[in-house]
Amino acid sequence: MRYACLIYYHPKTLFGGAPESNAALEECAGFGEKLTETGHYVASEALVLPEEAMTIRVRDGKMSTVDGPFMETKEVLGGFIVIEASDLNEAVQVMSAHPLAKIGSVEVRPVVDFSEPRPEL
Amino acid sequence: MSDPQARAAIEAAYRTEKRRVLATLIRLLGGFEPAEEALHEAFAAAADRWPREGVPVNPYAWLVSAGRFKTIDRWRRQARLAGVLPELTALAEPVAEPTMPEPIQDDELRLIFVCCHPALAPDARIALTLREVGGLTTEEIARAYLTRGPTIAQRIVRAKARIREAAIPYEVPGRTELPARLESALQVIYLIYNEGYAATEGPSLTRADLSAEAIRLGRLMVELLDDAEALGLLALMLLHEARRATRTDAAGDFVLLEDQDRSQWDRRLIAEADGLIRRALATRRVGPYVLQAAIAAVHASAPGMAETDWAEIVALYDVLLRVDPSPVVALNRAAAIGMRDGPAAGLLAIDGVLGHGGLDDYHLAHAARADMLRRLGQNEAAEASYRRALDLASQPVERRFLEARLDQLKGQGATRH
Repeated sequence: MRYACLIYYHPKTLFGGAPESNAALEECAGFGEKLTETGHYVASEALVLPEEAMTIRVRDGKMSTVDGPFMETKEVLGGFIVIEASDLNEAVQVMSAHPLAKIGSVEVRPVVDFSEPRPEL
Repeated sequence: MSDPQARAAIEAAYRTEKRRVLATLIRLLGGFEPAEEALHEAFAAAADRWPREGVPVNPYAWLVSAGRFKTIDRWRRQARLAGVLPELTALAEPVAEPTMPEPIQDDELRLIFVCCHPALAPDARIALTLREVGGLTTEEIARAYLTRGPTIAQRIVRAKARIREAAIPYEVPGRTELPARLESALQVIYLIYNEGYAATEGPSLTRADLSAEAIRLGRLMVELLDDAEALGLLALMLLHEARRATRTDAAGDFVLLEDQDRSQWDRRLIAEADGLIRRALATRRVGPYVLQAAIAAVHASAPGMAETDWAEIVALYDVLLRVDPSPVVALNRAAAIGMRDGPAAGLLAIDGVLGHGGLDDYHLAHAARADMLRRLGQNEAAEASYRRALDLASQPVERRFLEARLDQLKGQGATRH
């Protein structure tokens, strides 16, 4: 099964120059390699801070785009890793070793299996 | 060797060997996490090497060895960074290759006792046993128990943390501890079986797999422990299993014991269960599982409802009620009295049990009461009891059965006198 692991952090904490943050950033480079070695790796990207992003909304046929979001005080989505794991517990176990789990947080989201019915809410 | 051949071999090994490889790796590496990581690495290594080198004669031994060495390599690398190499020397010593069948099963048994440890919450025991011993995924367990994946994942994470904190040893408990620990292990196995048997709605494949897994675990307990209650539990599960096909009709609706096609019952399973019950009774230490199995065996040997030895069944329930004085057992005994002495006596017995409280919200109690009333011809009272049962029943198959009974009563019109 596939899991998208979304990595969140406070930009000011991660890039604020604290030694543990810098160490975690150093470690990040080797994490993908480790996942490849254990057969878990599928894909990953790190994201530029959201200041560089555009947000799109289409309402009543009209598109509006805004810059941002600008959320310096909030945790932002900083990147994602898609992994292959036998189940949610394995995915959680694999991602608990991610260096940024110590600084920010990692959300492990199962990828949708379209043979399953849609959720009824 | 061609790639598809090797891939088929790896898939087969994943299905048949994964559980045992994991159980052994947990023992060798001393914990769940390193063992699971090693298991993954072992299969990754197999995917790389089997197509080139051929499928090993003993995939189990190959995978255990690969997983173990991959872990040692990884720990060595980490140790070099941390400078604690000497501690690893012991682990890197060659140990006898686990090629004999006995130690393999011992590992699984140890794992069952760890997963069913009384220090863990009951829900956690079931989830952990199914995942670590049964090899089910978190998501499969969640589907079988109609709950969310993260709920199960959380239970497993907590249980593993608890095992680490409490330093629960990875071993079969000693003589003094065994009875209490065994009770918990047997209970977990029976709950797993029931989850696969009682619910016929939902993703049926996973459900039947749960029962098959419980029977596999039951066999393992019997082979390795030779305990009367373990024998009783396996016999009980086999007797349920023997009737599985006749419990529902082609439309998936519930078929009552009296309407089941007894020629379709699996005589091979029934004979096996009979042998197990005889072995258990010979120990003279009968407990609730042996007694329940003995009751089920009386049903299984009868050619029909009328020919069933109801006196023997009531007598067995009397003994069972002494070792397990629960209202559900009392209800079953009351229903058996209804078969032995007629519906009037049965109704009296059921009302006696309901009078003690504790079963007022149990739909089967009201269904049993309704059945006695129906047989007495008191259709209006029967209808009221069926309605009460229907209000309380949640399973679609059971609800359809109760609705059908209500329709039948209405079809018969007013109360007969």
